[in-house]
Amino acid sequence: MRIAGLDIGSRTIALVELEAGRIADFAVLDTGVNPLDQCQRLLSGKEYVRLVATGYGRHLAATHFADEVISEISASARGVHHLYSDARTVIDVGGQDSKAIALTPEGRVQKFEMNDRCAAGTGRFLEMMALALGLSIGELGPHALAAQDGAVPINSMCTVFAESEVVSLIARGEDTRRIALGLHRAIGRRIANLARRVGVHASVVFVGGVALNPCMQRVLAEELDLPLMVPLEPQIVVALGAALHAQTYQGGVENDRDR
Amino acid sequence: MSDYHTMWADLGLDLKRHDAMLEALPAIYGDLYLSQENRPTGMGYFDFVVSEIHGARVKELVDHKAQGGKVIGTFCVYVPEEVIVAADAIGVGLCGGLDLTVPDGERVLPRNLCPLIKSAFGFKVARMCPYFQACDFVVGETTCDGKKKAWELLDGYVPTYVMELPQKKTPQDEAMWLGEVKAFVSQVEEATGNKITSERLAQGIARIDAKRAALQRLYDLRKADPVPISGLDALLAMQISFYDDPVRFTEKVNALADELEEKVRQGEGVKPAGTPRILMAGSPMPIPFWKLHSIVEGSEAVVVAEESCTGTRYLTGPTEVKVEGEGLEAQLWAIARRQLKTHCACFTPNTERMEDILRLAREYKADGVILFSLQFCQPYLVEAVKAEKLLEKEGIPTLRLETDYSQEDVGQLKTRFEAFLEVIRQ
Repeated sequence: MRIAGLDIGSRTIALVELEAGRIADFAVLDTGVNPLDQCQRLLSGKEYVRLVATGYGRHLAATHFADEVISEISASARGVHHLYSDARTVIDVGGQDSKAIALTPEGRVQKFEMNDRCAAGTGRFLEMMALALGLSIGELGPHALAAQDGAVPINSMCTVFAESEVVSLIARGEDTRRIALGLHRAIGRRIANLARRVGVHASVVFVGGVALNPCMQRVLAEELDLPLMVPLEPQIVVALGAALHAQTYQGGVENDRDR
Repeated sequence: MSDYHTMWADLGLDLKRHDAMLEALPAIYGDLYLSQENRPTGMGYFDFVVSEIHGARVKELVDHKAQGGKVIGTFCVYVPEEVIVAADAIGVGLCGGLDLTVPDGERVLPRNLCPLIKSAFGFKVARMCPYFQACDFVVGETTCDGKKKAWELLDGYVPTYVMELPQKKTPQDEAMWLGEVKAFVSQVEEATGNKITSERLAQGIARIDAKRAALQRLYDLRKADPVPISGLDALLAMQISFYDDPVRFTEKVNALADELEEKVRQGEGVKPAGTPRILMAGSPMPIPFWKLHSIVEGSEAVVVAEESCTGTRYLTGPTEVKVEGEGLEAQLWAIARRQLKTHCACFTPNTERMEDILRLAREYKADGVILFSLQFCQPYLVEAVKAEKLLEKEGIPTLRLETDYSQEDVGQLKTRFEAFLEVIRQ
C-alpha cells in the first residue's frame, strides 16, 4: 500500500504517492472555494498506510483525514533535499506565500524567511498582473521573454497599485511584453531580497507553482547571479516532502530520518 | 456582575459600542484562557478581574474621585508609579491592545503608526475605555516619535503631560532624567494638592517594590521545567498589574506564587517536562493582546518569559535608596537610577538589552527566542536585527515576527511558528 503527502495550498492542492520509496503517482488540482471537497475528490477510493498533510489547509485536513501535519517549510526543505542532495537554498514561491529556506549540508532547515501578509512577490500577484495584461497565467512568462529593448520599470509592488500602473502603461502605448518583463523583474528583486535574508548559497533550488514560469526562472537567476535548479514538477515538491515525512514515520524503505 | 451602565454613562462612554465590545469578551476569554489545562487555582482572581474588566476596578476609581482623589493615566513603565502612589493618586496604564479601536485612532492619526498608539488613541476618541474617561490627566513620554507627536493631538481630548526620556545612559542623561522625575513630582503635587514628603514617597517606593518583587517571584517560578504556569496566564497577570490596586494585586500574585512553588516541588506543570520553551522579546503586549502567546501555546510549546515592558522590563529593581543620602533627593535619585536600568529600545546604544535577552534565554532555559515587534514599532524592529545576529551566534534558534492586533495573519504566523518548532525539534 502507498504512502501519501498532500499539500493544500491557497491556489492548488498537490498529492504525491510513494511506493517503495519512489513516486508512484501525483496529481494537482485547483483549491477552489471548498478545499475539503477538492481533497475528497483527490482522495476518493484511495487508501494509504499513512497520509501527511501540509500547506495552509493542513489543520483542516488533520481534523478530517490526515494522520499528521507538518509545516510547508519543513516539507519544502525535505522534498528539495530528496531531489537535490547538494541544495543549500530553497526558494519556494506559491500562490500566497513566498519563502526562502537555508539548508544545512545535511538538508535540515537552518533558517527561513517568509513574506508578510502582503501578496507582493507571490503567485497571486502574477495572476492579477496577467489578468490586467489580458493573458492567462501560463502565457505571462513566455510573453515577457519575448520582450525586445528591455523592461519597462515597474515601481509599485502593491498588487492594487501595480495593477493601476500596468493599466496606465498600456494606455500610454507601452509594449505589453516589456511591461510583463518589468513585472517579473520587480518581483524577482523582491524574492531575491527575501532569499538574501537567509543567505544564498549554491545550489539554489526554485520550487512552487511560480517556478513553472520561465521568465521568473530567468530573472531570479540573473538577480541572484547564480544558476537555479528547477525540478520537473516544481509545484509538487512540498507534497513530496510531506510524503517523505510520512514514509519516515511509517519506517518505510528509504528511511532517511537520520541522514 | 453588577450593572455599571449608570457609571459608564456618567463617564461619557459610547454605551452601544461599549456593550458590544464587552459582550464579545467572555467567548474569547473562554476559548483562550478558561479552556487551558492544569491552570493554577490562583488564576481565579485574575479571571474575576477580567470578568469585571470595566466594572469593579472602575468603580473604585470613581469612588476615589468622589472623595477628591485623582486618577492619572500612563503609557510607559518609565512613569514613576511610586510618585503617583505617594500622592494618594491612582495610576492606570492605558496602552491599548485591541484591534477594534484602531480604526477610531486612524480617524485622527496616520495609518502608518504602531497599533498600540492607534488603539489607545482610538479608545479615547471613541469613548470606549472607562479608565481613560476617569483620568484627570494622562502622562505621555518620548519613547518613540509616534508617541511623542501623538501626545500633542491627545492633549486636545484629555490634558496630557509629557515626560522627556533621555536617549543615552550617561551621567548627563541620569541628571536630565532626575530633573524630569522632579518636574513630575511637582506636576502630581499640583494636580492632587498633596505634598509628596519623604515619608510618603518611602511608602510609595515600598509598595511598588513589593509589587515588582511579587511579579519577579512569579517569573522566577517559570524557570522550572515543567513550567507551572502558562505564558498566557503570566502575561495576563502582568497586564493586570498596570491598572489593579497595587497592594491587593501584590497579595494575589504572592498567593499565586505560593501555589506555584508547591507545584514546582511536586513537579507539576501546565505542559509535560521537555515541552519546547519560548522566550518572547520585543514590543509591549497590552491587554488583550494574547495573539502570539495563544499561537505558541496552541502548538505544543510554552512561553516561559517576556522580555517586554509587559514583562521583565517592568521588573528591574528594587529601588535602592543609599543610606548616605537621606530624604527626598536621595529617593528621587534612586527612582531615576533604577528606571535607567530598564533597557527600552528607545536608548542608543542599547547593548544592555542584548545582554538581557541572552541572559534571560539562558536563565529560563529557552529553546528558542521570538523577536516580536509591533508593526511600525521602529525601535524594536531595528534592534531585532542585532538581537537575531547575537542569538544565532550563540546557537539559539530565533524567529523574527512583526504583527499587529488584527487576526488576519494568524494562519501565516502559525505556519511560521510551527516551522520554527520543527527547527527547534530537529
